[in-house]
This record gives sequence, structure tokens and C-alpha cells, in this order.
Amino acid sequence: MDAMLKKRLEITACKVRLGIIEGVHSAKSGHPGGSLSIADTLTYLYFAKMNVYPDKPDEPSRDRFVLSKGHTAPALYSTLAQKGFFPEEELKSLRHVGAMLQGHPCITIPGVDMSSGSLGQGISAACGMALSAKVSSEPYKVYTILGDGEIQEGQVWEAAMFAAHYKLDNLVAVVDNNGLQIDGRVADVMSPYPITDKFAAFGWHVIEADAHDFDSLEAAFNEAETISGQPVVIVQKSIKGKGVSFMEDNVSWHGSAPNDEQYAQARSELEAALAALQA
Amino acid sequence: MADVIKKATRESYGEALAELGDKYENLYVLDADLAAATKTGIFKKKFPDRFFDCGIAEANMMGVAAGMAATGKIPFASTFAMFAAGRAFEIVRNSIGYPHLNVKIGATHAGISVGEDGATHQCNEDIALMRTIPGMTIINPADDVEAKAAVEAAILHNGPVYMRFGRLAVPVFNDKETYKFELGKGITLRSGKDISIIATGLMVNEALVAAEKLASEGVDAEVINIHTIKPIDSELIAASAAKTGKVLTVEEHSIIGGLGSAVCDVLAEKCPTRVKKIGVNDEFGHSGPAAKLLEVFGLCSDNIAKTAKEMVG
Repeated sequence: MDAMLKKRLEITACKVRLGIIEGVHSAKSGHPGGSLSIADTLTYLYFAKMNVYPDKPDEPSRDRFVLSKGHTAPALYSTLAQKGFFPEEELKSLRHVGAMLQGHPCITIPGVDMSSGSLGQGISAACGMALSAKVSSEPYKVYTILGDGEIQEGQVWEAAMFAAHYKLDNLVAVVDNNGLQIDGRVADVMSPYPITDKFAAFGWHVIEADAHDFDSLEAAFNEAETISGQPVVIVQKSIKGKGVSFMEDNVSWHGSAPNDEQYAQARSELEAALAALQA
Repeated sequence: MADVIKKATRESYGEALAELGDKYENLYVLDADLAAATKTGIFKKKFPDRFFDCGIAEANMMGVAAGMAATGKIPFASTFAMFAAGRAFEIVRNSIGYPHLNVKIGATHAGISVGEDGATHQCNEDIALMRTIPGMTIINPADDVEAKAAVEAAILHNGPVYMRFGRLAVPVFNDKETYKFELGKGITLRSGKDISIIATGLMVNEALVAAEKLASEGVDAEVINIHTIKPIDSELIAASAAKTGKVLTVEEHSIIGGLGSAVCDVLAEKCPTRVKKIGVNDEFGHSGPAAKLLEVFGLCSDNIAKTAKEMVG
């Protein structure tokens, strides 16, 4: 990847993480861990890959994105704010009464292509969007991100069968393999492993990536574009809570907000990282 | 009445889709391995490129329909009522209802007139379930003419629509030439002053037959067809109740949460009136020939007439 682009993406991802912490702290609830684990992937998609138009959020030719792991809405909202779909100020009213930013993605929010959050459902909607593009020969692509716990839902595998059957090569699903879900390690709660073999058996082209390395993400998403006749899944190894030291790989940050002290520490860590990148 | 034509509304559904496919190029049909039974196979034959079988996977089918609607298509997601409203309820609620997407759900084999397949496939709960979803329109047509008109009305309505069709061939009593379907508007088929019989779906014709019988016994019954259960025609219902003072609801659905409940909701607020509900009581169905089952469960003109007479006293 071009060094300048990589630096810009790293800076943006850092700002996305700051927005996640801001939103979750302000809401006094929410899901910081899984939001931080997909911050780099969302940054790559919205700032280096997808055709989207903040001034025309409903442009029919745009690429589509469905956050199937919808509880990590803070990451999506923060990315959309960075991209200019709405002011960053909105993040401070996340989950508040009367606010635009709901606890889970809602289709009425500028830049949000599908309401989601009840796990296992987003990938089906993404399949419908990809099929829709196929039947009317439209060139847009459809991206979706699932959690590694989410793929325990049976509906995910109904969708996986469907996408392969209808050869939806305009669909790219990402499985965010941070290894943790609410009740503990995914391997202990209900093992989804081997994730790659399962998708391969369902007829998908499987790519593995490092969720926190933009070179790896670029290689994965570029490879996805070369595949025809089958859907693509990128199984990305990620770190839950990535970027905030005390949240990393710690299940207790799946669905709880930092207190004022923890918020200050998280902020100072991310601001230091941002300053280092901008130096 | 010697030459009454009978037809199942599921058949009307499949034919209407095929007939309207030319006019509405954005219309797509999804099914879950039941195209032969839901009659979407008629559409498939004519428009193979606009028909997608989703296999026996109703949850995913509803989500796929949502995604197609979110990208500008008008998908009809078809399966039996049990799986459309039952198994896929939460997907219909969260992926179709909450984002208010333009998905049409064609639910066939509703009610106990499924017949021999028995309780597992006799859905008496779908209207109750669908009524709870904000913004969901629910249509339960009474015969072939109404069913076909309802399919086009659903296409012209922007938003989610649940349509309920039956397996059993039933009399076609509406006149194709003069019939007009208005979403959300009930139809007074017969004016009367002694009692209001408010029916939906397959029970509308039974209510008409019952009213004839009642007339011969000196009871003047009003018969109202409520084809749109949500939004319901509360003005028509309240006005009729105010006139007759007695209401009898009839539906091939549980008496819990269906037409009878919806009518009671209206009357409790607008015109408190004595109401009796004929429907499937708080019990499961069972196997048997459809026509016989309808009799056994009291979903027939004789029981409607008998109950109305008791109410009129």
C-alpha cells in the first residue's frame, strides 16, 4: 500500500476509535470492544474501497454496507461521521432519548444502508442487495461484517448457502474473529471453528487477513474483487478492544462503557497514538 | 347458486403475480420450496429470471426480500403462513417492519382449512402476530376477485404488506366487473338493522349465506367484509355497531388477536357494544378434510346463523 495512504488511514482509524469511546462514554452503555476491533476495517472500506457519497447518501449506484454485527454501531457511526455523513457532535448523543443515533443501526440515519443488530439478519439483507444488483446488472458491490459469535446463528448459514447458490460474487462478507463473545471465548461458549473450512464447504472463496494491518486488508479486499462466480468471505483475525490497552482481549469490555476515569485514560492513549502518527 | 365457481385464493395469488408481472417490471418473487403449493410457480413459468427459490430457509428469504426492497425492487416473499408469520416472525419484525421496507409477504395455507396436514401447518396465529408490527398492512381477501385486486393494491402501497391466502377452493361471490378494492376500507355487503356480522377471508361468504338464512327467520343482519385487518376501517365498524347494537365477528383464525380482537379494540374506544367472536378457540387444529374441519370448528354458515340468532334473542 502507498505509504501516504497508509498513514492517512491510520490517522483516520485513530479518530474513528476516539469517536467510539466518545459515543459509548456519553451513552453510558454500548459495545466498545467489538467496535474497536472493526475500526480499521471500516476505515479501509469507507476511505479506500467503497464508492459512497456523503452529500448524496442515497445515490443508487453507491456500494452498500450492512453491519450484521449491529451492536458495534459506534464504529459505523464514528466512521460515517469522519466521512462527513453527519457531524461528529452527533456521537455525543448516541443512545440518548430523541437522538438520531440509535443503539443499533437504523436505516433512517444518513449513510446507514440497513437496520441491523438482531444477529444473523444483516447477511441475509446483504444477500438480497447483491442479488438485486445482479438481476438489474448494476455494478455496485455489497459489503457486510459479521461477528465470530454471530455466526452461531443458523440464519447465517441459510444465507451462506443462498449466496453461493446464486453465485453472488458482488458480495464480500467479513467475519471479525476477535475470539470473544458476551459469555466468554467463542471457542468455549459454542465453537464456530474452523470458520474458514465451514465457509469453504458452503462454496465461498475464503481469504484470511490481519484486521489491524492496512496492507493485509488491502490485499484481502483486492483479491476479493478478482473472484468471480462465488461469494467471498474475509476471515479477519482481530483484537477485541484494539487501541485501548485495558480493553484489549478483555471480554468485560464487550458491552460496557468506560467510567470517567477510564474514558480519560482511553482518550489519552488514543490521542497520544494520533499525535505520534501526525508527528 | 347452482353454478357457483370455486377457487382457492392461493391460486388467485399466483395468477395475479403472473398477470401483473408485465405491468410491474420491478416485481420479483421469492419462495421457500413451496412454489407448487403457494402457486408462485405460475409466475416462475412466465418470468423465470424474476423468480428465486430460497430453499427451505424462510428466515433468510425474509432477509433477502428486505435487501431487495432496500435496493428498489418489489419482492413478494412467499411461503405458508405458518413459516412466514411464525418461523420468520422476528426477521419480518426487525428486517422488514422496523426499516419499513417495501416487502410483500404472500402467506398461503392460512387457517385450519389446510386440512389433512393438521395442526403443525394450520396457522391460526398469523394475523395476531402481524398486527403487533408497527406499520404492517394486513390483507385477508375473501375470494378470487378480491385476492387478485388485493395483490395489485399491495404493489401500489409503499410499505410492508402481509397477505393471507387459503388452500381450500371457495366460492367466488364478488363480481369482477364491479368490484373495487380500497386498502383499509371495509365493504358493507348487506345492510341490516338487527345485528352486524363482521367477517374476513373465507368466512365472508359463510356470513352472507348465514344472513340469507337469518332473513328467512326474520332476522335482518348486516354483513361487513373486512379485507384489510390493519389499518382497520374503524369508522365503518363503529357506525354499524351503533346502528345494530350487536356485533358478531367471524374469522378462520384464533379468537385471540385476530379480527375479533381488532374489532373489540375499535368498539371499546369508539362505541362499546356487545360482541361475540366466532373463530378458532384457544386450541390447536387437527387433521381432516378442510370442509369438515370448518364445520367441526363452527366456521360455517349454520353456526354463524345460530349464534347471531341467540344474540338477537
